[in-house]
Amino acid sequence: MSDIANKILFLPERASTFAERVDVLHYFVVGTTMVMSAGVGLAALFFFFRFRRRVPNQTTEYVVPDLKTEFLFVSVPLVFFLVWFAIGFRDFTWVTTPPKDAMDVYVMGKQWMWKFAYPEGPNGVNVLHVPANRPVRLLITSRDVLHSFYVPAFRIKMDALPGRYTQVWFEATKPGTYQVLCTEYCGLSHSKMLAEVVVLAPEDFEEWLKEQQRGRLQGRQDALADTSLVPPVARMAEQGEKLTATQGCLKCHTVDGAPHVGPTFLGMYDRQEKLADGQTIRVDEAYITQSMMDPGAHLVVGYQNVMPTYQGKLQGPETAAIVEYIKTLRTANVREVSSEGPAYDPIQ
Amino acid sequence: MTPSSSPTAEGVLPGHDDAGGHDGHHHHPNYLVDGTTVKSWLLTIDHKRIGLMFLASVLFFFLIGGVFALAVRVELLTPGPTVMDAMTYNRAFTLHGLIMIFLFMIPAIPAAFGNFMLPLMLGAKDVAFPRLNLASFYIYVTGALLMIWGMLNGGLDTGWTFYTPYSTHTTTTVAPVLFGAFVIGFSSIATGLNFIVTVHTMRAPGITWFKLPLFVWAIYATSCIQVLATPVIGLLTLLVVGENLFSFGLFDPARGGDPVLFQHLFWFYSHPAVYIMVLPAFGVMSEVVAAFSRKNIFGYRAVAYSSLGIAFVGFFAWGHHMFVSGQSTFDAGIFGVLTMLVGVFTAIKVFNWVGTVYKGAVDFRTPFAYFCGFLFFTVFGGMTGIAVGTVSLDMPWHDTYFVVAHFHFIMVGATLMAFLAAFHYWFPKMFGRMYHEGWGLVSAALIILGFNATFIPQFLLGNYGMPRRYYEYPARFQALNVASTAGATLLAFGFVIVAIYLTYALFYGRASGKNPWRSKGYEWLSESPPPTHNFVGPQPTFPEEPHYYVAPKKDEVKDV
Ligand code: HEM
Ligand SMILES: [Cu+2]
Repeated sequence: MSDIANKILFLPERASTFAERVDVLHYFVVGTTMVMSAGVGLAALFFFFRFRRRVPNQTTEYVVPDLKTEFLFVSVPLVFFLVWFAIGFRDFTWVTTPPKDAMDVYVMGKQWMWKFAYPEGPNGVNVLHVPANRPVRLLITSRDVLHSFYVPAFRIKMDALPGRYTQVWFEATKPGTYQVLCTEYCGLSHSKMLAEVVVLAPEDFEEWLKEQQRGRLQGRQDALADTSLVPPVARMAEQGEKLTATQGCLKCHTVDGAPHVGPTFLGMYDRQEKLADGQTIRVDEAYITQSMMDPGAHLVVGYQNVMPTYQGKLQGPETAAIVEYIKTLRTANVREVSSEGPAYDPIQ
Repeated sequence: MTPSSSPTAEGVLPGHDDAGGHDGHHHHPNYLVDGTTVKSWLLTIDHKRIGLMFLASVLFFFLIGGVFALAVRVELLTPGPTVMDAMTYNRAFTLHGLIMIFLFMIPAIPAAFGNFMLPLMLGAKDVAFPRLNLASFYIYVTGALLMIWGMLNGGLDTGWTFYTPYSTHTTTTVAPVLFGAFVIGFSSIATGLNFIVTVHTMRAPGITWFKLPLFVWAIYATSCIQVLATPVIGLLTLLVVGENLFSFGLFDPARGGDPVLFQHLFWFYSHPAVYIMVLPAFGVMSEVVAAFSRKNIFGYRAVAYSSLGIAFVGFFAWGHHMFVSGQSTFDAGIFGVLTMLVGVFTAIKVFNWVGTVYKGAVDFRTPFAYFCGFLFFTVFGGMTGIAVGTVSLDMPWHDTYFVVAHFHFIMVGATLMAFLAAFHYWFPKMFGRMYHEGWGLVSAALIILGFNATFIPQFLLGNYGMPRRYYEYPARFQALNVASTAGATLLAFGFVIVAIYLTYALFYGRASGKNPWRSKGYEWLSESPPPTHNFVGPQPTFPEEPHYYVAPKKDEVKDV
């Protein structure tokens, strides 16, 4: 049934848990739209024929609606629209709030390619490997102009903004290869900014990860054996560790729990931070990124607004690396168990 | 050549014929012949001549925009390169969008037909500030020339939305075009102000607020939006020009700026701008449906108030263009709900238009045919707008062809239908001549068909996942693209027919007489074409509601 509907409506195959939710509402909304347009059209047509002009100067009755009619005109559409909104908003909240146990992947748009990086693993261009039946959270940024990450089969899309992270998540339901398109105009080769998501069965994904790991270790040993100066591909967190030193972060932040000019990095990730304006905020990727780019935006209580901005000094991947490094500095009280429901605050 | 339905009026100057049955006012020449030098046109302060000059200009730009539309459609016939390279394509869709929006749709109905009809509908001699009116035309021309100069010298490839940081980094010539848009904004504001003051101060005795023709209500609501929203895009374009030329860094994250701020400012104008385009269309259609079904408007007050309602909530819905821009989920919810309200106001109008036909006396003429097309485009286009306003559904649809189809249905479909209906309905009023009804109906059918054939495949393309602004596309999208291009050809063909028979009618059309539709709209009380100061003799008074087609009581004698 819904397969036929999908054919008629030209909907691509459905390959994520969100796609199922979206399509149900889609049928409801598009169905009502067609019934309504046909209804109005047919009513009008009927009136045209029923009330044809018979003599040139024909006069007509003075007809005005009573209050009840006008009330119906307003309330019937309003009820429909609000129901759509309610369902749509529920699903939207769901897809913008990743579950706690989601696997993270960094996505970076760049004219005109997509780069993917796994915190623990390999980097890649234009091919994203993910396991099926496991939530995957995408942390999306851009290196130059706006892009938008779109996977029709998953029904998800999220803009990539330079200097910021946005997030969206999905759970792929069946192994296969799905197209990624860029939907925010980004210049000359915008329409060639394609990539693919390869969804693997969970075992195959583990296998693939190991393969990549091996390749990387191999590469590293080769590099060590080889006395050439090619640096090994470091893990993101390792890169981040170096960057915090070279970029001067450690002049003001410690990694051992001691507060200094700024808050310590130790245990910072996922902490509830009290802000100078009395609010609290959960430290997540978005907050850390924002604190690098616009340090004054959310000042932690007790600290001065003295940190310089790193806007323009750090590239997207460097920011991601620092975030990953900070994530590794967790203290014991950070939960590692998977949760039942969403736990991240939506970005910003 | 198209045959005129009656060859009799050959050579008769409009205004010099008395087919309307009134004693002709031979010593009050109509506005078309009162002064025939080029100067008398270019320096005129007669709102009707200014309206015609606007009309000629917007038609010219519609032609150019249409040529670019066809170029875009032809390029998309095949998945790979077809007739142009990527850069040319990116410029072509940008120019198409820019010209159609800023130079055609925004001024089309208010500046051309609004200028012409508003004073007539108010029983006024002219608009409140005739010289400002003329200035507004030249500001528009100046802005248009600037834009075109920029497009010819470098061209730009940002899309009409100019999203930063792309628009501040691209090597194409953004600055003059944006500056042109800035200048045109002043024209929009001046016209809007002029209309607001005119409606407030120049209504003839008897025309109370609730006796205003609905076209006037619509233009009034539109003018309010123009005056309030246009300054925002004005400032924004200046800021982007500054960013582009002097690297301000307001919207560029590499300099500490925020690209999303640009989007907020942009849509704060451009969302209401959609209503600048469709509200006048709604106004025209209220007039047309009443005139051709000879009925009072079913829920006059509801239709009038809903224009104001749309104008008002239209200001608070801009965020629905940004559901996936990193905006918070909470914001998305707020903008989502507000978007639904716009839909409700539009629904009121639709139901009342259909209600107007109920118990009417329908004469199915060309303008009425456009009304039918309009109803369909408005309902389908409007409802798909609600659909994309449904946040979870917008996630897959955003920036795909579904959105392109949606906004063409509502903005272009509705506006174009109204523009053509207005043109046909008021053609005899403006020129005193009739066009050929048969060709009118045939081309209306072609245009409505062609429009559907162009954009229905685009809805499906969007469902299928094709992003907008794509020069090349995966092969699976081809069939629907070919269908759309075929539809566009049909559509273009329809326009060519209209252009031919209307041009013919302009010179050789049968004299129409004063009021060929026997309409009770106030504008028909003056001669067709009207004399220079609209009404001859003492100031007219307007005892009845507009569109009051009720049988007169026995003792009152009425002429129609
Ligand atoms: C023959 C009729 C038309 C055809 C075939 C046509 C085709 C198209 C196409 C294919 C696009 C998408 C370009 C892209 O995003 O890659 C487009 C965009 C657009 N069209 Fe049209 N169009 C037509 C008429 C109009 C009219 C009459 C208007 C306005 C009065 C209009 C306004 C726009 C606007 C504003 C855009 C967005 C431009 C952008 O994406 O930057 N179009 N049109
Ligand atoms: Cu892109």
